[in-house]
Amino acid sequence: MDSALLIHRLHFAFTVTFHYLFPQLTMGLAPLIVVLKTMALRRNDEVYNQAARFWARIFGINFVLGVVTGIPMEFQFGTNWSLFSRFAGGIIGQTLAMEGMFAFFLESAFLGLFLYGEKRLGPKGHWWSAVAVCLGSWLSGFFIIATDAWMQHPVGYTKAADGSLHLTSFWALMLNPWAWWQYAHNMSGAGITGAFAMASVGAFYLLWGKYQEHGKLFVRVGVVAGLIFSILQLFPTGDGQGRMVAQNQPATLAAMEALFKSEPGAPLIILGQPNVAEQRIDNPLVVPKMLSFLTYKVWQAEVRGLNAFPPDTWPDNIALLYYSYHIMVGLGTLFIAIMVVAAFLLWRGKLYGARWMQWILLLSLPFPYIANTAGWMTAEIGRQPWLVYGLMRTADGYSKLVSASNGLFTLLGFMGMYTVLSIFFLFLIRREIENGPIAQPAAH
Amino acid sequence: METVWFVIVAVMIAAYVVLDGFDLGAGIIYLVVARTTEERRKILRSIGPVWDGNEVWLLAAGGTLYFAYPLLYASAFSGFYLPLMIVLWLLMLRGIGIELRAHMDNPVWQGFFDVIFSVSSALLAIFFGAALGNVIRGVPLGSDGYFFEPLWTNFQIGPHPGILDWYTIMTGVVALVTLTAHGALYVSLKTDGELGQRARRAAAAAWPVQLLLTLVSLVATWFVRPSIKENYLSHPVGFLIPVIVVGSLVVMRLATRDGKELRAFLASCVYITGMLVGAVYALYPVVLPASTNPAYSLTIYSTAAGHHGLVVGLVWWTIGMVLTLGYFVYIYRMFRGKVQLDGGGY
Repeated sequence: MDSALLIHRLHFAFTVTFHYLFPQLTMGLAPLIVVLKTMALRRNDEVYNQAARFWARIFGINFVLGVVTGIPMEFQFGTNWSLFSRFAGGIIGQTLAMEGMFAFFLESAFLGLFLYGEKRLGPKGHWWSAVAVCLGSWLSGFFIIATDAWMQHPVGYTKAADGSLHLTSFWALMLNPWAWWQYAHNMSGAGITGAFAMASVGAFYLLWGKYQEHGKLFVRVGVVAGLIFSILQLFPTGDGQGRMVAQNQPATLAAMEALFKSEPGAPLIILGQPNVAEQRIDNPLVVPKMLSFLTYKVWQAEVRGLNAFPPDTWPDNIALLYYSYHIMVGLGTLFIAIMVVAAFLLWRGKLYGARWMQWILLLSLPFPYIANTAGWMTAEIGRQPWLVYGLMRTADGYSKLVSASNGLFTLLGFMGMYTVLSIFFLFLIRREIENGPIAQPAAH
Repeated sequence: METVWFVIVAVMIAAYVVLDGFDLGAGIIYLVVARTTEERRKILRSIGPVWDGNEVWLLAAGGTLYFAYPLLYASAFSGFYLPLMIVLWLLMLRGIGIELRAHMDNPVWQGFFDVIFSVSSALLAIFFGAALGNVIRGVPLGSDGYFFEPLWTNFQIGPHPGILDWYTIMTGVVALVTLTAHGALYVSLKTDGELGQRARRAAAAAWPVQLLLTLVSLVATWFVRPSIKENYLSHPVGFLIPVIVVGSLVVMRLATRDGKELRAFLASCVYITGMLVGAVYALYPVVLPASTNPAYSLTIYSTAAGHHGLVVGLVWWTIGMVLTLGYFVYIYRMFRGKVQLDGGGY
């Protein structure tokens, strides 16, 4: 591979992967904070307000990191992917600009009020500011997903004389079926991260023996939300997203499942390592005919394998795609199992005494982050070798005048910068958790 | 339609410079005028609820530029690759400087972020000024509409300049001084006591430099890009712009002397807007002039997106802008008046 191409791909992959560690938590936490604020308003109990303020502090730190690491994402379309921007900017620029106009302004305006305006606003006004922040963060998610969905499944465009794409239907762009499935799947993924984070911190307090009342509240809200989002993640959102891939990116589906040859009654691979050179799976553990059933709801249906497609349209890293997809699905299944058991214990009134389950909840914190990252890797590696599916190859989209050396220079710069940010982030989060939910908010 | 979006993007960039300009300026003077912890907290409190919203204008203007003029976005952002990456790092450092500082009540921690915040604010002002200088001076565009500019070459103006040459360094300094005064006037408006006085004196001290640099930059721009006079000569109404610029400078001076803080700050807003409008008035319809061959210059016509997209965009942009103005009026009213430190938040 051309080394400049590789550098530009790594540049985007690294910065976007790091960036998305923060929005997935803020988007997931935002509705939970609204729930806490609502309970505070209705029950007039200070514990709920303290809980909401505690999570608002965690939200605030994550939001700052999300903002500062998000700005480079918009810039990089122009800096590192200028041929792509020229080609498709007239369309994806729409959704990116709308994100700024409709989501960022709303979010930034009301986050200041939410974090610093509780006294001035009063309880009702403060509740509304929480709702506005939640709405802003979820709108922001939609516009980004609509952008990515258009790259996965381009709609509503025409090719102009100069080779660039022009928008022909705004509503096709907004109502792209791929966008809505992907949005639902992605937001429930963010919900899982938020719910597990809340349950995990709650479990930590219960195990620690401090802030028991808050710990129980966090576990309760976290487990209920975690159960809902984990199930939604599989059905209907995961199923719908899978059908989108099967219908529109059949070569991607074959590579995700490492199905090298078309076959009727195709098996579902649970474990095993794809051996791309010899086109088979090493150490396989499979469920016979399951892939055919899941894809077409018919046991004997033929699923097209990679051999049905020209090799120059295969995703260029089949093994990584396969692993990303399987890690995502495996962890998603695990989340359902954890939350079903925890919710059962909660229902039977035994969760607050079940230390083993609290340990599981505590230690599960990193896995939603891994699952969400793996899911995005599946989407983005799965789209390869295309930058805009079927229309522009990734190799044709980067900035030809930005050399590999200049790209490497700034990639290293971002790596250094993000290392520093990570250290500050972990330090501050650890401090907030240790200070606990009753602590006075930091004076700004 | 191309012209409509040209005006919209210019307005959004002006809004960004005026709004984020005052919190950048507050950062520039921060270490000098705010000496005690209390005073530093007051400055941070004065920009705390609004700086992020102000910065969103940069993103929104960038996004709007992206969809209205994709080729311009592609060409300019990849050509200005290195300085833009540095700007991104500075924006990051500044953001965490403002927000993370308050999380720990420790003088070492706060001292560290104080310097990060102030230095990154000053460097951003210089880079933004230099960026504008580059756009006026022109960049080494090829026939395909792309270029790549090194950070510097020989600091001379020629067909193959660097980001930094004597002209763009000068525009960077103009921006630094302008935003210093702008920020100082904002701080004097939002704070009282010793701090407000010091901020006012800082603005008064910056004024003669600002006046001198305004005149020097006008002459220098005339020298660097003689064609700037064409639009003015063909549409002489444009000569009102320099009159407004000089007039607002005079108002700034008088209002600062008389302690009319709001009037002085608004005059500074007008001054900044006037300088920017003066530049784009001269450029139109060119959006990125070529230093190589004038025929390679990018114009609003050669870079615009398709017609349908521009028309649809106008609909949602208008709705979005009405909402946005609503939020801003609400927020600025909410946090109006002088900053008072009262412990745990507003």
